[in-house]
Amino acid sequence: MDDPKPPGGMTRSQFVARTSASAIALQVTAGLPAGAQDNPAAPAGSGMPVVLNVNGTDHRLSLDPRVTLLDALRDHLALTGTKKGCDQGTCGACTVLVNGRRIDSCLTLAVMHAGDTIATIEGLARGEALHPLQAAFIKHDAFQCGYCTSGQIMSCVGMANEKHSLDRETVQAQMSGNICRCGCYPHIVDAVLDWGGTS
Amino acid sequence: MNPFHYTRVEDSPAAIAAIGHDGRARFVAGGTNILDLMKIYVEEPTLLVDINRLPLATIEQRGDSVLIGALARMSDVATDATVRRLFPMVASALEASASPQLRNMASMGGNLMQRTRCSYFRDTATPCNKRAPGSGCGALGGENRMNAVLGTSEHCIATHASDVAVPLMALDAVLHVAGAHGTRDVPLRDFYLLPGNAPQIETVLVHGELITGISVPVVPFASRSTYLKVRDRAHYEFALASAAVALDITGGMIQNARIALGGVATIPWRAREAERMLVNAPATRASFQRAAEAALSGAHGHGKNDYKIVLAKRTLVRALEMVATS
Repeated sequence: MDDPKPPGGMTRSQFVARTSASAIALQVTAGLPAGAQDNPAAPAGSGMPVVLNVNGTDHRLSLDPRVTLLDALRDHLALTGTKKGCDQGTCGACTVLVNGRRIDSCLTLAVMHAGDTIATIEGLARGEALHPLQAAFIKHDAFQCGYCTSGQIMSCVGMANEKHSLDRETVQAQMSGNICRCGCYPHIVDAVLDWGGTS
Repeated sequence: MNPFHYTRVEDSPAAIAAIGHDGRARFVAGGTNILDLMKIYVEEPTLLVDINRLPLATIEQRGDSVLIGALARMSDVATDATVRRLFPMVASALEASASPQLRNMASMGGNLMQRTRCSYFRDTATPCNKRAPGSGCGALGGENRMNAVLGTSEHCIATHASDVAVPLMALDAVLHVAGAHGTRDVPLRDFYLLPGNAPQIETVLVHGELITGISVPVVPFASRSTYLKVRDRAHYEFALASAAVALDITGGMIQNARIALGGVATIPWRAREAERMLVNAPATRASFQRAAEAALSGAHGHGKNDYKIVLAKRTLVRALEMVATS
């Protein structure tokens, strides 16, 4: 196999874009992250009817009460932008907004959210026009593997709703519920400060 | 998690009726603790009663106390103007807790009812008298760096994990509780039970009782207070040691003091002897060090957590100095 060292002068994001085919191949062989297949199957007859409003659309579902909001989004609505990292409220990869407030969707049941307004990463862009925060993440190279990025961005949007004054120290503290194993924190903070919390 | 039934209720009587006599039925509010424990089979409820729609989320001053609804979220209490003005140490304890996402979810009642983070309690493959009475304590002689040095017994050294319970203990908060036989008020100082020989019984609540609110008496000098939390990283981590401190100082002399410790005890730990030693003492480091010695005088380490005795003293001294110079 060829040495995948990036040619000189190329930025990391350019390199990633050009080698995306091999990245996809790697993903397939590496399989899903731990816990991603852990969705409880609904025993026959145990489904509860629930209407979930996600990104402005009502979805009528029949769900086992055990299904978390995270699993409902990913496995029942095919909204896989929201990621499952730790599945225990430690990493923040599953962050979504419920009624405008950021929460960890892995630690709440889908059936608890009838009547709530749920916003996920899929609802941020307007067609091909990225949300300014998404654009800021790209501009500042604020991700590497990208697994935590949806949660980081949704957490930032939720943070902006909380009316903090967004200086570097505040952003670091207020984004502490989102872990980045690649260690992109300085770039994430740069992206947030550049964006400034005005959507 | 195991299969369970789910029901949603709109008021306290319906919640209490729904929970009934099934000892494995549980209330769920934020869900951040119980769902976590259900995923690791530490909790296996037969029924979850969703109480999120109960009208118990308000925060309001009523005469000489502030009533915090049991369903007020941690983030709402932390940002409440009245709480911030009257009880800075309550707000700072909440801001030092968990992550912003979890603070948006977790209720105040649930926070007070949260279970220990002791790794043996959370691992069903290990012994734990709190989870499986009579099975032994893995933490004694085991990995006990995070465990308690105050209020322990030969059966359990698990630390109480709540931050906000620490200043609430210092402020003599009172819990309002509803049950099948009516309502009652329980002072927080009487609410938590030391592990003794029954660490599985953690509070005086009986099955089916529901915390509906928390009254925090307005202690005038508590407007001069802080919560200092020492931990392995700056944010989003449980306490190794913490101190909630309020001081009433006139002319350099301490008139009154409230002190409670977190992260080091099996229950949120009021340090009354340390408070008494500070009354009529000068607000100096020497006084604070004497008080800290008194606060930890009954502490016992278990090997890997011996450092907590020293750390808790230093945490308390620093918290007292912070308030005295504020």
